[in-house]
Amino acid sequence: MYNVTPPSIDWAMIAPVTLVFVTGLVGLLIEMFRPKQNNNTIVAASLTGLAIAFASLVGQLNSPDGETLAGMILRDRFGILLQMALVGVCFVSILFSESYLREKRIPFGEFYPLVVWSTAGGMIMVASNSLLMIFIGLEVLSIALYVLAGLSRQEQKSEESALKYFLLGAFASAFFLYGIAFWYGATGSVSLDSIAAAWSLNDVMTRNLLLFGAGLMLVGLCFKAALAPFHQWTPDVYQGAPTNVTGFMAAGSKIAAIGVLFRVLTASTDLSQVWLPALFWIAILTMTVGNFAAAVQKDVKRILGYSSISNAGYILAALVALIKMPEKIGTSTIIFYLFSYAFMTLGVFAVISLTAKDGKEGTRLSDLDGLWKRSPLAAGALVVFVASLIGIPFTGGFFAKYFVFSDLLTAELLPLAIVLAVNSIVSVYYYLAIGYHAVVAEEGTVRNETSPMSIGVQVACVACVIGVLALGLFYQPMMNLITGTVVR
Amino acid sequence: METGFGLLSLTIFLPLIGILMLLVWPDDDRRMLRNIALGTTLATFAVSLLVFSRFDGGTYHFQMVELVKWAPALGINYKIGVDGVSIWLLLLTTLLSVLAVWFSTYVEKRVKAYMAFMLLLETTMLGVFVSLDLVLFYAFFEASLIPMFFLINIWGGERRRYAAIKFFLYTFAGSIFMLIGIVVLSQIYKSQFGVPSFDIVQIQSAIANGTFWTGFVHFQAWIFWAFAIAFMVKCPMFPFHTWLPDAHVEAPTAGSVILAGVLLKMGTYGFLRFCLPFFPDVIQQQVPIIITLAVIGIIYGAVVAAVQPDVKKLVAYSSVAHMGFVMIGIFSLSHTGIMGGAMQQLNHGISTGALFLMIGLLYERRHTRMFADFGGLKAQMPIYAAIFLIVMLSSVGLPTTNGFIGEFLAMLGLFQAAAAGAFGLNLGLSIIAGFGVVLAAVYLLIMFMKVFYGPNTNPENQRLKDLKPWEIALCGVFVIFIFWGGLFPNTFLKPMEKSLNATRMMALNAPGQRPSWGDAALDIDERGNLVRNDAGGAVIVSPPNFHFENLSPFKSAEALQTRK
Repeated sequence: MYNVTPPSIDWAMIAPVTLVFVTGLVGLLIEMFRPKQNNNTIVAASLTGLAIAFASLVGQLNSPDGETLAGMILRDRFGILLQMALVGVCFVSILFSESYLREKRIPFGEFYPLVVWSTAGGMIMVASNSLLMIFIGLEVLSIALYVLAGLSRQEQKSEESALKYFLLGAFASAFFLYGIAFWYGATGSVSLDSIAAAWSLNDVMTRNLLLFGAGLMLVGLCFKAALAPFHQWTPDVYQGAPTNVTGFMAAGSKIAAIGVLFRVLTASTDLSQVWLPALFWIAILTMTVGNFAAAVQKDVKRILGYSSISNAGYILAALVALIKMPEKIGTSTIIFYLFSYAFMTLGVFAVISLTAKDGKEGTRLSDLDGLWKRSPLAAGALVVFVASLIGIPFTGGFFAKYFVFSDLLTAELLPLAIVLAVNSIVSVYYYLAIGYHAVVAEEGTVRNETSPMSIGVQVACVACVIGVLALGLFYQPMMNLITGTVVR
Repeated sequence: METGFGLLSLTIFLPLIGILMLLVWPDDDRRMLRNIALGTTLATFAVSLLVFSRFDGGTYHFQMVELVKWAPALGINYKIGVDGVSIWLLLLTTLLSVLAVWFSTYVEKRVKAYMAFMLLLETTMLGVFVSLDLVLFYAFFEASLIPMFFLINIWGGERRRYAAIKFFLYTFAGSIFMLIGIVVLSQIYKSQFGVPSFDIVQIQSAIANGTFWTGFVHFQAWIFWAFAIAFMVKCPMFPFHTWLPDAHVEAPTAGSVILAGVLLKMGTYGFLRFCLPFFPDVIQQQVPIIITLAVIGIIYGAVVAAVQPDVKKLVAYSSVAHMGFVMIGIFSLSHTGIMGGAMQQLNHGISTGALFLMIGLLYERRHTRMFADFGGLKAQMPIYAAIFLIVMLSSVGLPTTNGFIGEFLAMLGLFQAAAAGAFGLNLGLSIIAGFGVVLAAVYLLIMFMKVFYGPNTNPENQRLKDLKPWEIALCGVFVIFIFWGGLFPNTFLKPMEKSLNATRMMALNAPGQRPSWGDAALDIDERGNLVRNDAGGAVIVSPPNFHFENLSPFKSAEALQTRK
């Protein structure tokens, strides 16, 4: 008989993910017994659980790298930092959700467990070396999001958004899974560690399998990260889904998808070199399509959808530089970019969520007119986020873009740097349009309505403003945190 | 050098404290909001005067340098200081901010936000002029766009939305390529010395002794133009000037004053601070291109100004012409010219700022700026007319006003360089530039004639009231500086001279003979020689002069290199 010894478990390593899952479960339990239409206890429980999970991540920040559960869960600095970002994104999303859901008349308590579980899925994705675990994480993240996108059931747009996301997402997952199958066929293992060794065997058949598998996985991941030409779902889904879900989707699922993209591409940089020209052109295409399409939009959520596409393009450009010269360029650019992107994007969505009133969404640009009069704090915060998205200095967005430039030039990728520069110029146009409507424009003849800023939204806005400015002003402590080395 | 924050930092960040006070004050107390803003700018001006009193014009080195670590791993630090090039721009900024906020008593709409943006703008402008770190400079340079964008967009004229976005897009587009240039500079530094640095003192020292560009000479022209485009847009120079008339016409009066007075100077300051010292091996080849564009700008600006029906638009186009004079002065790379260019940028700040302010005073009374609506105002508003005449003549460049000094020196410098045949310049260019002065007289005098002379037939104009006492005081400040600059130009020229001489030698001299910001032992003596203080004032090299010979040593870069 076979002698099966169960793998040893390092509980500390799986604690953050487990905590987040349990938080979701607790939320669901409370949902069953809660008083009618009052989600305050669920919100409180979810926030507490996430805070504990965050604390456990911070505690492990300087722990040595390692694996547990037979290599299913991985702990390294990259993973922990992205997990922190994901938990943070979920925390802030929940902060500004409650008042929004009430205004939209969709006060379903299920929202909270679902968004928490989605976060847990993302956390698994970024902290595993096993392709199967990554796939499971991807599915947990995605399925929760499919449900969330259709949360606002009385709106046709929301249903369309959910269905579109589900159909195309399922397709992409299949591509990803198919790619895993090829890699398994080539190496006999689902671990990313085995890829580099298999590639260096220099066997033509193995290499072909790996290459083809990598291509399929790229398709799946490009879809998840909204990279052109697999981006078409993004604006529709972003526009249709409830604003708080869109905010989480834009920040959270982007972080997870980029994290996996990084893991897959760096599993064997020699292998990825073959795909480099494709990635190069995908980056150019993504930036350009995202920015030019955003410039003609009239709906804030669609603009932000395209903006998230172009931002994904910027990150991919940094990834291309990393793959081209892995010995010269570190991971810090990508992590820093994701952090600053999460802060500014979530911040904008927190402000935009204010425009919902009496069950209706108000996300046309003109719905923002006169925001400065109704809610000066929100308008002021929006200026900071817009400045950061443009890349104006003293915000996190400037340093994020600066690092991408710096990496691209180090990797001798001047064409990408110039495309990025031109795209930044284009992006000014539509970001400023948001700023114009919120801060400059007077209210039209039809009086716009904005729901009052609840404590949650205020805290979310202020937290994001602080985050954006802190990344821009106190760059060195932030970088010390990311790289784990201390430079004074 | 002191580590930590000091007096200069106080100057920069004092307006931010004013913003905090504004934010906590109630919205409807407009009077107090204005007073807070005015008080803050006055305090900033006072502190900048203190900075000036400690400034020593006897050296070209940076003074009152403050260094705070910001991002040491990347070589980015908070490093600020002043030298002769920046000291007057610092004072100009604080002075014009006071005057602009003072004028803004006329603003009734969203006073709190207006004042907050004005103060934020002041901080960013001051930061630009004192930054000694490329990234810090870029940061302030870009950050100034946001407050100006909103100033134009909220308090501007009819087409303000278009003008604001055009302003933002043009300047942003220009400067993003400068960012790439900055990154490349730091990477060259890293490959030469092992650590990245954005410290302009370190970079320039390495350029001065010739180690910086070794092996990277082919990058020089590209990086030069990456910087130059950003500054050409900001200046603005033909053909990148088209944002300026829109922005000027649509901006509120105080915004125009600041825009003309300070923001445009960021461009010329950038040329003096970066383009001249950093690219000594290629700068001479670029001189004819820049001079030609500047001369085109002078003539083009003047011709277009002459046909404008709108007073403010006329002054806006005259700005294009006047900034052309600054550029020909600086890029003649002669001692006289560079002094004239630096002087002219201050004069332009004063006289064009004053013109915009005078136009603003009239606009607040009549809400129009068209020539057709005016005539015969001389009898109706005698004080206003008198001050306007002085300001206008200063803009024309009449002797005894500051405008004469700057324009004359700048043109003389170009004439010297061109007559010597240096850098392949043609004497024709300087002659054409001379016509620009005549044209300036033409359009400005015609404007004055149309507005102030003739019969006062319009009944609305017959009700116009002359300047109030506080407005006279406001304009009087400008008049003082106009005559001060015209009669005692040395007050302004002397503190700048050493730094400008050094800048010029950084651009023209051979490696090893260039002044270095990093070498405290090097200095410039009274005759303009580069001397070594620790060797008892031994002369290293005399200032480069243009020789009126058939074959000038400045004819080509090669000839320059062989000259010892």
